[in-house]
Amino acid sequence: MNDNHNDPSTPLLELRGIRKAFPGVVANDDVSLSIKHSEIHALLGENGAGKSTLVKIIYGVLRPDQGDLLWQGKPVDLAGPSAARDLGIGMVFQHFSLFEALSVAENIELALPSKGEGGFDRAELPDRISEVSAQYGLPLDPRRTVLDLSVGERQRIEIVRCLLQDPKLLIMDEPTSVLTPQEVGRLFETLRRLASEGCAILYISHKLQEIRDLCETATILRGGKVVATCDPRQQSVQSLANMMIGETPLKPERPAGRVLEKSNRLEVRGLSLPAQKAFGTALKDISFSVRGGEVLGLAGVAGNGQPELMTALIGEVLTYPEAVRIDGQPVGRLGPRRRREAGACFVPEERNGHATAPDMPLADNGLLSADRRMGLTRGGWILSRARDRFAGEVIQRFSVKASGIGAAAKSLSGGNLQKFSVGREIAQNPGVLVINQPTWGVDAGSAAAIQEAILALAAEGAAVVVISQDLDELFAIADRIAVMSEGKLSRPKPIGEVTIEEIGLLMGGIQGEKTGATV
Amino acid sequence: MDALTLLLLSVMTAATPLLLAALGELITEKSGVLNLGVEGMMIVGAVCAFAVSVSTGNAAAGIAAGAVAGAAMALIFGFLTLTMLANQVATGLALTIFGIGLSALIGKGYVGIAVAPLAKLHIPLLSDIPLLGPILFGQDALVYLSLLSVLAVYWFMKRTRAGLVLRAVGDSHEAAHAIGYSVIRIRYLAVLFGGAMAGLAGAYLSLAYTPLWAENMTAGRGWIALALVVFSTWRPGRLLAGAYLFGGITILQLHAQSAGWGVPSQIMSMLPYLATILVLVIISGDRAKIRLNAPACLGKVFHPAQ
Repeated sequence: MNDNHNDPSTPLLELRGIRKAFPGVVANDDVSLSIKHSEIHALLGENGAGKSTLVKIIYGVLRPDQGDLLWQGKPVDLAGPSAARDLGIGMVFQHFSLFEALSVAENIELALPSKGEGGFDRAELPDRISEVSAQYGLPLDPRRTVLDLSVGERQRIEIVRCLLQDPKLLIMDEPTSVLTPQEVGRLFETLRRLASEGCAILYISHKLQEIRDLCETATILRGGKVVATCDPRQQSVQSLANMMIGETPLKPERPAGRVLEKSNRLEVRGLSLPAQKAFGTALKDISFSVRGGEVLGLAGVAGNGQPELMTALIGEVLTYPEAVRIDGQPVGRLGPRRRREAGACFVPEERNGHATAPDMPLADNGLLSADRRMGLTRGGWILSRARDRFAGEVIQRFSVKASGIGAAAKSLSGGNLQKFSVGREIAQNPGVLVINQPTWGVDAGSAAAIQEAILALAAEGAAVVVISQDLDELFAIADRIAVMSEGKLSRPKPIGEVTIEEIGLLMGGIQGEKTGATV
Repeated sequence: MDALTLLLLSVMTAATPLLLAALGELITEKSGVLNLGVEGMMIVGAVCAFAVSVSTGNAAAGIAAGAVAGAAMALIFGFLTLTMLANQVATGLALTIFGIGLSALIGKGYVGIAVAPLAKLHIPLLSDIPLLGPILFGQDALVYLSLLSVLAVYWFMKRTRAGLVLRAVGDSHEAAHAIGYSVIRIRYLAVLFGGAMAGLAGAYLSLAYTPLWAENMTAGRGWIALALVVFSTWRPGRLLAGAYLFGGITILQLHAQSAGWGVPSQIMSMLPYLATILVLVIISGDRAKIRLNAPACLGKVFHPAQ
């Protein structure tokens, strides 16, 4: 094996003719790819293109129906993730497989071999974690409980966990969606350094620019098949996108000649809220207003008060009446249903379990949020035909891929469920729409569709607030932008008067202060 | 031996079966499995322990038989819920009903027979200390076992890797599976341990608490053990406190009844249940703590094939 290892012409990992079928779908069909030593290799594809399945096969979670895996030139049969880890394959999951009730150190310990099998001593593990996290610029307190951590911090756990195992191949599934541009830059430095130290990286992302910046080779999947293998540095964003999805334009087009209404449709004034849970963020004197026809973007790194602001706007947490006004009506002390009646619709960040009830069919999920506005019930009775028609319209209008209105919400892929959750609210034609993370973990095609729908709604005179950590997205759709940091909101500025770097620095500078205080 | 010593001794006797059964259920639930069949496993353990003890004349063999019988019942539960993916609540309820019926059948020939109560271990000198001596050093083996088990369970969950894996499986079976732990195997072991402990609790009832066999002799103690686990927020130390509180009030109300207080005996009999639940509800009011200790996957069926 050592001979092969030293022979650069032998790929580190090679897949030959991988096929994996599930009832009703062929997720991977005759997929072949090879990853060289020290290579940063991109795996590109829309949601449902078969990336996740392929990655699960490489990580030993799934077994292929056909085809071979060769590790350093030798065929291997991965019986499970631990077999993959023994070979030196590490993985940072997109949906972090963390144990919420356990501490950072305990989570990492679980994923490492026990001491007898070459792992670390329990007692010294926290020190090793602090060491690695400092070395790679990933601040992390090993004693904190995962329950209290933000999405960004959770991702760091996964990365540190992998780094502790000295992997030969590191799989990163959409790692940058929760980071600031500066943090992304730092992560890329880390990854490049790892690659120069001999660790190959399989990088999965839908952000095409990132792939062009970072990767040397890209394998592009569409419909379960490899459609191209190329050097992304030789390609343009548009040509990569064309290979990935065909022909859909990537940038949402802003409808021309939008007229802003004079009056504020959504007004938030002096909104303060103590932290709702341990390590939550308190909201401090947040004020902003959005006019009809306008999209306000709220940028910020995860864990700076976005979910807290969202709950206060939805009405899950009540404040005082004048804190929130919808079309002039004070609603700060009204619950979510009353606010919906006042003309506002909301899409929270977590689509499975917050925006939708995962086990319920789409038809009922539509009813749950739209019954009043769309008249889907009468006198307590469900009008099943109206309910089914509404869900059907949302599915059709927003091209949600689902087996039908009877499909359980959780059976949809992330992108499709997000299209349904956003579409369900937009279809109600609200006067005010608040969306948290509209395209998190959503493929490029779906993201563009969602962004276009948001712009179209604003063009019809609605006031829209988009909370997002994706600056490209905010710059693509927002008219004004403000930054959330530590529960405070900066003064909104028109998009034409700020640059992505300025906003990024504002987010990143404050983030640096924050981590300096907690570590 | 004075009256106070006797009183305290009887409190320990009342608390021990609850503690044993609840510790077993605590481990089962921490792995994410809700086994409502504690009462059934306990009573089958009780009758098997009694039968073996009577026919062999060996109390130790009886105790072992109780544990094995409890584990065998748990194996049925495990097979149905973990292998056949049946609903845990329904299966647990069925297990209790089945256990009560089965125990009556096995116990038919043993009604009315008495055995010598489980021998107390008299440690020379120490057990002669007034008041504390008999309590601390003059108990039978199962009482010590139950107290040691509290420490062992605490240590296992906090300090060992196996305990960490157990908590992880209960917190998120999908994440545990993704890392490569065998969720089903770990849950089988936890369920078997729970069954063996419930069987021991049953053995204690039929060999030490009231050394005879009577149908339905567990009298709802399995359910109290279940409640104790929840209200102790899955922490062994609180479980100990809850079990002894329940035991204490059980004995006190018995004494009060015999002293002829003018309170209907039915109300007095309710007292231990009411008081235990009330106290545990109050001390477990911290939601954040519950979220931290409650196994998030409790009662959820795990489909390994996905």
